[in-house]
Amino acid sequence: MFKERLTSLIAIALVGLVLTGCAGKKTPPATTDDGNTGAATTPAEAAPAPADFGADGQPIDPRTGGPLNRTFYFDYDKSDINPSDIAVLEIHAQLLNRNTGKSVVIEGHCDERGTREYNLALGERRANAIKSFLTAAGVSASQIESVSYGEERPENPGHDDSAWSKNRRAIATYR
Amino acid sequence: MDRHLLARVFACVTLFFSVAVQAASLETVVIDKGGVNQIKIGVVPMKMDPSLATMVDPSEIITNDLRFSGQFAPISRDNMLSMPSSPAEIIARDWRILGAEYVAIGSAMREPTGQVSVTFHLYDVPGQKQVMTQKVSGRADQWRDIAHRVSDLVYEKITGVRGAFSTRIAYVLVQNAGTSRARYAIEVSDIDGERPRTIFSSSEPLMSVSWSPDGRRVAYVSFETRRPSIVIQDVRTLARERISSFTGINSAPQFSPDGRQLAMVLSRDGNPEIYLMNLSDRTLRRLTRNPAIDTEPAWAPDGRRLIFTSDRGGKPQIYGLELSTNLEERLTFHGDYNARGRMLDDGNLVFVHRSAGIFHIAWQDMLRDRVVVLTRTNLDESPSVAPNGAMLMYATQARGKGILGVVSIDGSVKYELPSSSGDVREPAWSPFLDPLSGR
Repeated sequence: MFKERLTSLIAIALVGLVLTGCAGKKTPPATTDDGNTGAATTPAEAAPAPADFGADGQPIDPRTGGPLNRTFYFDYDKSDINPSDIAVLEIHAQLLNRNTGKSVVIEGHCDERGTREYNLALGERRANAIKSFLTAAGVSASQIESVSYGEERPENPGHDDSAWSKNRRAIATYR
Repeated sequence: MDRHLLARVFACVTLFFSVAVQAASLETVVIDKGGVNQIKIGVVPMKMDPSLATMVDPSEIITNDLRFSGQFAPISRDNMLSMPSSPAEIIARDWRILGAEYVAIGSAMREPTGQVSVTFHLYDVPGQKQVMTQKVSGRADQWRDIAHRVSDLVYEKITGVRGAFSTRIAYVLVQNAGTSRARYAIEVSDIDGERPRTIFSSSEPLMSVSWSPDGRRVAYVSFETRRPSIVIQDVRTLARERISSFTGINSAPQFSPDGRQLAMVLSRDGNPEIYLMNLSDRTLRRLTRNPAIDTEPAWAPDGRRLIFTSDRGGKPQIYGLELSTNLEERLTFHGDYNARGRMLDDGNLVFVHRSAGIFHIAWQDMLRDRVVVLTRTNLDESPSVAPNGAMLMYATQARGKGILGVVSIDGSVKYELPSSSGDVREPAWSPFLDPLSGR
């Protein structure tokens, strides 16, 4: 634990050095879609702070040091965020706000009940519910992409309540 | 049982009306013999030219076709008292004893041109007369097409309705569903499941396959780019073209009856809406404007209206949309889940209907606002109607696997299609085809 933290600190220090060292040679940042040059606001366009993400690029839960939960389950035919997921989603929002160079894909999924096309739309609603929560918490919409898979990629191939409850989900994958 | 009877009565009444409206062009309407009143027919093993000995006897294919329609009860060859192959050899008494109404006989030959042919005769047992003699020929690799064509001719002669045995089905086949090794494929086969051909496969999901009205192309949704996009593929050349990959959902493609437009669902403006794409210049026309889910468009046969699913009323229901006025109208009111509708030629609907938590295929008589549930299993979905309107195919589950089911439009006859390896889903019945003349 102590060793890991020390390594992290060294890494942060190194990144800091590299950034300062490169500042003079930096080419002007490209113009973004809305016409602003993000020059003043985006020195954080650099590599994310190592403590926030694991080696797989996925976020680390600051409370435990382990992987941060990225799967959120839903009730049947619903796209409301489960209240017990809010604390974790707030951490996701903080991570994305702190690491604006990071983006996340939110996949929405459904159980097999109901028609496939309707479920594709429902899965999008679920993914968008997560996206809306994050943007309301200050995350830029450009950092978030939502993709619905409907009922086409079940987590559990079974045909009962326990399988279905695992399949009604949204998954956040960082990249 | 009562429900079956009711369904049949309704089907007959509906057919009566549609026939009455269409004037007296149909001389024989034997639809009241459907279901339990199946027509008994003897399809006699054919006399085969020795050079064709390795080929399957066409009578087997024809027997299967007619049984598959639900309207015929073919006589087992084990029970046949004689096996004529020419009209002169028919002994009427042999068939009267068995209760046969018709006997189909014939012979298969190889022509000097190298083509193969089937010459067949249809004999009316009570009427004691030959009612049809015809020769169907084609290339040797069209053997099954020849047999299906004979089935079409026999079916139409007896029922007065065009046969649909020469058609094909497209469907989605999934191997290792629900695992990281899942493999998705778009398959095209004969309606009896024979001669399956994979036209595209992917490790990412494929869904919502549908046919162009000329039967040459299919449109479907592919996740091969890790986002849903709409692809049109030529069934013969296998050439593919991605025609819609906007941000968000691109799905539910349905060719208009004239083949010029594609109805589809896009969520590029924030939530799923129905659009029409003009296929010649790719321009889009947005049809729905509603914060609810609008999806699953399907065309009315006249191409002037669409039906679609919307949860704008809180639960998924089917709505109609008049293209000239953009006026929308709710069409389904029985039950709290009615979705993925298809409109029949007579204006009635089939769709997925949930009652008591169970998903079935239902038929709705629009004139009388009456819903008849056609299937008995659970998780029944994706109804697709044969081009002659007599049967519909749907997807269901059996023993934990996705399989295809077939049900006559009056609900009286149901079949499961033997599934190959993997899960089979989303059948799409092709329009009428004429494979012997190259379609």
